[in-house]
Amino acid sequence: MPPLARRNLFHDKIRLAVTLTGITFAVLLVVVELGLFLGFSTTTSSLIDRSGADLWIASKNVSYIEQGAPFSERKLYQVRATPGVASAQKYIARFASWKRHEGGHESVQVVGFNIGELPQQASGGHTGESGQVMGGPWNITAGTVADLNAPEAVLVDDLYWKKLGITHVGEVFELNGYRARVVGTTHGIRSFTTAPYVFTTFKNAQNFTLLRQDQTIFILVRAPPGAHLKELQRDLESRVSGVDVLTTSQFSNMTRSYWMFTTGAGVAVLLAALLGLVVGIVVVTQTIYATTMDHLREYGTLKAIGAPNSYLYRVIFEQAAMSAVMGYALGISLGLFLVRSSEQGGVAILLPWPMAALIFALTLLMCGIAAAVSINKVTQLDPAMVFRN
Amino acid sequence: METAIRVRGVAKTYAEGGVRVSALDGVDLDVYRGEVLLLMGPSGSGKTTLLSIMGCILRSSSGSVQIAGSEITHLKERDLPGVRLRHVGFVFQAFNLFPTLTAQENVEVTLELKGVRGAQAHKQARELLAQVHLADKCSAFPADLSGGQKQRVALARALAGSPEILLADEPTAALDSHTGRAVLELLCELAHGQNRAVVIVTHDSRVADLGDRLVHLEDGRISSVERLSNRLATMPQPGANSQSTFTRL
Repeated sequence: MPPLARRNLFHDKIRLAVTLTGITFAVLLVVVELGLFLGFSTTTSSLIDRSGADLWIASKNVSYIEQGAPFSERKLYQVRATPGVASAQKYIARFASWKRHEGGHESVQVVGFNIGELPQQASGGHTGESGQVMGGPWNITAGTVADLNAPEAVLVDDLYWKKLGITHVGEVFELNGYRARVVGTTHGIRSFTTAPYVFTTFKNAQNFTLLRQDQTIFILVRAPPGAHLKELQRDLESRVSGVDVLTTSQFSNMTRSYWMFTTGAGVAVLLAALLGLVVGIVVVTQTIYATTMDHLREYGTLKAIGAPNSYLYRVIFEQAAMSAVMGYALGISLGLFLVRSSEQGGVAILLPWPMAALIFALTLLMCGIAAAVSINKVTQLDPAMVFRN
Repeated sequence: METAIRVRGVAKTYAEGGVRVSALDGVDLDVYRGEVLLLMGPSGSGKTTLLSIMGCILRSSSGSVQIAGSEITHLKERDLPGVRLRHVGFVFQAFNLFPTLTAQENVEVTLELKGVRGAQAHKQARELLAQVHLADKCSAFPADLSGGQKQRVALARALAGSPEILLADEPTAALDSHTGRAVLELLCELAHGQNRAVVIVTHDSRVADLGDRLVHLEDGRISSVERLSNRLATMPQPGANSQSTFTRL
């Protein structure tokens, strides 16, 4: 087949550059916005998703993790007494004030978990997924979970060291008026709010968050492998009063939904992604339409010599598809660069391959819509135009 | 001789600013295979309109048009491209080549539309270009060709798929007289040598001697028909019983 679509597309290099720039930046905008949405969404519930717990017990009507309210720790014993509970631990996630050496305060979120009996890996060094203590930190790059057994010990993610004024392990700060010693660090545990997570033992966290000694914020429950979680959830609901019993996925979804939709943060990001798509469609439509208008006489000639409309549509769609593939390749490359760069910052942009595939489909759709506008013009073209000069 | 195009009582009217304008008014004409018919007349006389109707590009307001023996006036709009593709080759005043395609690819476009693809299309395109004496220009782009060469590429494209009718609209208008004459001679060769019906709209009276018949149009009517060669001496005369202004010579 004569490469009419390709040749027409590459004939005017400047127009091609404009088209590709439009598509590339539309793709980039969608990658960044959807990546941010996914990053935010994942970050909001990361404590829950990575807790290793099967069920979360919270005070009534808690709709996201930061909203947790204190309740009596006596409920822990009721939970432990429930058949089907393999283990249950108290857990704190609560805001506190971190005082920097040079003055000034930063809001942090203290995460207190019960170390209990540490698995071999956790006490020995870097904590892996399998060796993670329920509710404890992951991706530990300096120190160990066992180091938190020391009084005042805390772990802070290296992304936030600068924000909190931390320069080295062993440094001591003031946290809600209590001494806090940095004994190690994690990497890549981001907080959705501006308050970094400060991991510590449950006992220390009670002090740091000014929580009464007989209270907890959450109880994390682990069921034996193969247990029927819904059944256990129902049992706990009937045995323990005054609390909500949520599966990890339920609580994760509630937290994500709250931050992404109730606050409007997610809607704003999604709207920006949609705007990116609309801008892309407008730019690509304009350039593909202009290219079609430039070659209108050729389309008229094709019609005059007997080409059916479907042939003309194919030429225009081929041009749009080629533009889409090239623009996508450029846009996704730039997007990957931004994703890599974001790993070192406080804002996570995620680009899993299903999202990359979705964006490719969106790019094709965007260019398809752009082509459809041009096709309308070509359909109405009178082949008799070839006799007019 | 076999009739390629039969036009009977064809009229074409347009509405222009609320006023009805008659572009053609009761035209009768037969075009035979193997003849070159020259269509002449002043601007606005209806030459191009008649050519467009004979090429199934434009619909007549009334009358009958037969292409290769088949009535086309009752065909649906979507069926007309197929008729054009099967029976008619077009040559345009401004060549209308695809500037981004090579000479060979320009010819292959038509072949592809007719279902000839791949190596077969390459071979046929090269043969057609050789037929118009452009065997060495297969890879040249239109921008690198002279006016005469471009028109010959357009001719090769029109010949792709071997249509029995060639319609040429002012094919020499953009060419110097020498090149124009060469192109017309080539069209005559194709009509006489390959038994095609060739209709040429032209203003150029210097090339009138190349045709077999000369039809004059004035105000949408045929004012005269002049026989230029003896090739069609036994040709039946069209419109003998019609009420048109057909003039028999």
